[in-house]
Amino acid sequence: MLCEKCHQNEAAVHFTEVINGKKKEMHLCESCASELQPEGFSFMPQINFHNFLGGLMGHNVGPGSFTKTATKDLSCEVCGLSEKEFARRGLLGCGECYESFKHTLDSLVKRIHGTNEHNGKLPERSSDRVKLIKEIESLRNQLRQAVEAEEFERAAQLRDSIRDVEKRLEQEG
Amino acid sequence: MALKDTVSRAYSNWMAGSGPENDIVISSRIRVARNMSHFAFPHMLSLEKAEEVIHALTLALENKDLKFSSGHLEVSRMSELSPVERQILVEKHLISPDLLKGHEKKAIALRDDEVLSIMVNEEDHLRVQSLLPGLQLESAWDQVNRLDDELEKTLDYAFSERLGYLSACPTNVGTGLRASVMVHLPGLVHTDQIKGVLNTVSKIGLTVRGLYGEGTEAAGNLFQISNQVTLGHSENEIIQNIVSVTKQLQEREKTARKALYNERRSQLEDRIGRSYGILKYARILSTDEAMKRFSDLRLGIDLNIITDTKPELVTELMVLTRPAFLVSKAGSDMTVFERDVKRAELVRNKLKVK
Repeated sequence: MLCEKCHQNEAAVHFTEVINGKKKEMHLCESCASELQPEGFSFMPQINFHNFLGGLMGHNVGPGSFTKTATKDLSCEVCGLSEKEFARRGLLGCGECYESFKHTLDSLVKRIHGTNEHNGKLPERSSDRVKLIKEIESLRNQLRQAVEAEEFERAAQLRDSIRDVEKRLEQEG
Repeated sequence: MALKDTVSRAYSNWMAGSGPENDIVISSRIRVARNMSHFAFPHMLSLEKAEEVIHALTLALENKDLKFSSGHLEVSRMSELSPVERQILVEKHLISPDLLKGHEKKAIALRDDEVLSIMVNEEDHLRVQSLLPGLQLESAWDQVNRLDDELEKTLDYAFSERLGYLSACPTNVGTGLRASVMVHLPGLVHTDQIKGVLNTVSKIGLTVRGLYGEGTEAAGNLFQISNQVTLGHSENEIIQNIVSVTKQLQEREKTARKALYNERRSQLEDRIGRSYGILKYARILSTDEAMKRFSDLRLGIDLNIITDTKPELVTELMVLTRPAFLVSKAGSDMTVFERDVKRAELVRNKLKVK
């Protein structure tokens, strides 16, 4: 879609405002939009769940401002989805996107779920490797708790178990 | 054809009146999001690739071990159904409204009893779900988990060691699990406690929304409670959290009902009696009014004030009188007014004094 004002650049800023039940939509390119903003237009960005997510990624500077698109745009090598596109739709393109956009997704996922670590079911077929890694993680957690509680005997046992599992992990290759 | 049967009757097994704690918890649902690796997520798929996903699932469902443990699930493409039939699946809560958008890429795999199903190419490649009457989240999870285990033997899931099952939307990553219960809370609504209770529930990581109706208004006093977060906790922890909150809600609702019954008995019986009368004899019924009256009727049955109607009939009526169902029964397009007349007629017939 082309910018409504200059009809030259691709529109990157979209907003809708509703005054007395009348809806007004505008689609502008970044430069036209930035010309408009200082005039004191109180355009509110469109808020829906998915571009709200995009906002959490730092592509939207908060309420009362424009839906602004990222300046540096990264794309997923596998499916071709750009980070900008993800910010707009709130949907990733493929499983690999989680790796491609790791730097922004990591903090986003943490803000949504409060953590970055899966603690649920593992696919049966997932390699024994994954299971061993998860086991070590859980043992390390227990070790930390044991040390905090000054249960040193238990801590020593846990440390040995961690070594055992690590050895098994090495053998798995 | 199985799916044609499904869309021709309103009754579904999740409506059974015999589920545990059925007087307050109408139904329990478990849904997990799964994606296949080597495929882009559904919104990025071409028609051909989307068809490959459907095909891969169809083959996986043919597996003998899967059939032995989970039974036969029949795959139907959404494009094989008429728009009204598709809407009926939504009204029966078997599919989400999202499965209607861009339906040429989408499909549903459904077991005959309508308890176990898989939405294909909705937001994720697979949404495996189980829907049971009453408070039965654990058995619903058990069914989904078993089917998921079998599917995973033949399908390559998109999975990360760190983030778990990968989903199109980062809000579903991890377990991919959404557990929810549909609860009927007229006692809390009529004693003006509902806002406070729901506020508290939403503060402990659960989402509450009215099942029908716009915004905060919950037509029929039906609410859906589900987990917000899918990552970091085990499936069991997520489910236990909802179960314990639901049990709390149940206690509060029972106390509220008791208070209404003991302290405002005449007003309560009057309200229920009027609603029953209207349902039995009205000639024009809007969706909203019907839902409100059904809620009163259901409460009357639960409190033994009304004894000549079964609770599952009320749940069935709630689905039977939704717009698409009425249209399918009439077999032609109808105006809102014609629907309201048809709805009243249907309810009258179902509640006929024997």
